[in-house]
Amino acid sequence: MVTATHKTAPEAGITGISVQLRNLSHWFDKGSERLPVLDRIDLDVAAGESVALLGPSGCGKSTLLRLMAGLDAPREGKVGADKVRIIGPDPSRLLVFQDPTLYPWRTIRQNIALGLEARGLACEHGHRVEATLKQVGLEGFGTALPHELSGGMAQRAALARVLVNDPGLLLLDEPLGRLDALTRLTMQAELLRLWQDAGFTSILVTHDVEEALLLAQRIIIFSARPARILQEIRVDAPYPRHRDAPELQNLRRDILETLGHSHEL
Amino acid sequence: MNTMSTTFAPTEAPGTAPAFRLRTMSHTNLAAVAAWGGAAAVTAAWPDQTSWLRTSLLAIFEVLGALSLAIAAFALPAERLPWLNRLAPWFTALPIALSVWEMLTAKTGLLPLPFFPPPQAILEVYTDDNGRLAESAARSMILLVPGYLAGALTGFAIGVAVGWSRAVSYWGHPILRFVGPLPATAWLPIAFFFLPNSWSASTFLIALSTLFPVAVLTSSGIKSVSSSYYDIARTLGANERFLVTRVAVPAALPHVFVGLFMGLGASFAVLIIAEMMGVKAGLGWYLQWAQGWAAYANLYADLVLMALLFSAIISLLFFVRDRVLAWQKGMVRW
Ligand SMILES: Nc1ncnc2c1ncn2[C@@H]1O[C@H](COP(=O)(O)OP(=O)(O)OP(=O)(O)O)[C@@H](O)[C@H]1O
Ligand SMILES: [Mg+2]
Repeated sequence: MVTATHKTAPEAGITGISVQLRNLSHWFDKGSERLPVLDRIDLDVAAGESVALLGPSGCGKSTLLRLMAGLDAPREGKVGADKVRIIGPDPSRLLVFQDPTLYPWRTIRQNIALGLEARGLACEHGHRVEATLKQVGLEGFGTALPHELSGGMAQRAALARVLVNDPGLLLLDEPLGRLDALTRLTMQAELLRLWQDAGFTSILVTHDVEEALLLAQRIIIFSARPARILQEIRVDAPYPRHRDAPELQNLRRDILETLGHSHEL
Repeated sequence: MNTMSTTFAPTEAPGTAPAFRLRTMSHTNLAAVAAWGGAAAVTAAWPDQTSWLRTSLLAIFEVLGALSLAIAAFALPAERLPWLNRLAPWFTALPIALSVWEMLTAKTGLLPLPFFPPPQAILEVYTDDNGRLAESAARSMILLVPGYLAGALTGFAIGVAVGWSRAVSYWGHPILRFVGPLPATAWLPIAFFFLPNSWSASTFLIALSTLFPVAVLTSSGIKSVSSSYYDIARTLGANERFLVTRVAVPAALPHVFVGLFMGLGASFAVLIIAEMMGVKAGLGWYLQWAQGWAAYANLYADLVLMALLFSAIISLLFFVRDRVLAWQKGMVRW
């Protein structure tokens, strides 16, 4: 089956980071009880691949992304990046959070420069901030404060804050969840273009089956909490995909059916 | 129509008919001007019971009040007028209160001396004893400013350490909780005993009174910073130093300013008490000195000066806050 062959060769010279999940389980302590969230997950994501994660709300998708970002340590099993066990966060694996959470005291430009500044690269690579602002369509808003931005603009700024660091693994937690239908469409096209151009590995959490079908080479469907992998679907259609393509419609029906049963299992 | 006068604005385009711009004085401004005029009349025309040195000077000030309001109403650019109109009730109430006070004291003697001096007696303190007042104010500032700054900086540092580090918090937080509620003035006997002179003792007490609110508010501000702010910075490669200085502290600044404000109030209280108890100089000492001589006019004059000075200092703090926290209020940055 076809996986990463449809995308153009990376031109920015970033190599994607591969991800390995081995028998991964996670739970939260809830008083004296355990709240199981992830249940024995095994998954491999190839370097440069684009994967979408679908699953019912509250099943543990954000938790899984946090583990891959290295923000939390798994209770059981292993998380690896390029076959090296992840022990903490790293600027090569970046997470775009479900909420944009820009720092309200920093201008948009300063927010985007955060990673460069934290690593002491702000001087050498400062010009990249401007380029990234442009890339996400926020030129002219560099000196604006976060509260002056619309929800969609804030989400794009949060994306830029991550992109400017040239991550090898981009973890996207419903980045388009709050956008209106039209902005969503342009942003989907934008994400696709970014991924095709930059060559990073992309793992996208979404609630929108259509979005997964348009963007991902592989779709992983999770059960309700504790999340188990119910189904993996490969999407072979070439990019750019059209939402009305019959093959996508068929896949869509399958996915919705699996999701519909996810609560019963 | 409440028209008092009209002004002719210059024409904007030569050749066309001159455009009239009617500038009218609002009722409220008119009332303020009248009130100042009335106050001046009461002061000047109604003879004092006992003669006061500065009665005519008071009347002059009241006339000046009326004149400057009238001039402002016509000379201020139009966009500043709402500001004047908004304050007009205050500008009216002030001379009325002054006149009532004047009538109850200097004009009729209904309120007994020496406890109730007339306004001109207080004016007299400012004209005749301003040297001593100015020196007192300066001595107070020499105590307050270093003490407050030292306390604010130390409190901020302690607050950041307690708010950030679990280990420091384990030991520091209970101490803050236990010692913090003690009013700094309770340390007064000890401070004056252990420290070499009254200036250092008072500075220490002022610093102490500022330290606690600043430390408590700073640490609680830092503890309440949303963990997602840290997550973002950590994934982007921030080290601990960056997390403290660029994430925790800016996010906690709104709390820090509340602490600075509370500390300022506490430091004023300690300043006055320290001056009364040991320093023998400054505005607090002046109060006690005036009371000793039954010079109540001096006492009131001192209180007014203190109120002006302290509220000016608080305004300065708010001015700084509004600039530093412009992002929070959603104000325009400049
Ligand atoms: N820090 C935490 N402490 C305790 N419980 C948590 C924590 N984070 C998440 N949970 C719980 O774990 C479960 C999964 O949460 P998670 O945020 O991963 O879901 P999700 O799949 O991202 O949901 P959604 O699609 O609504 O964003 C939820 O039941 C949530 O209550
Ligand atoms: Mg989530």
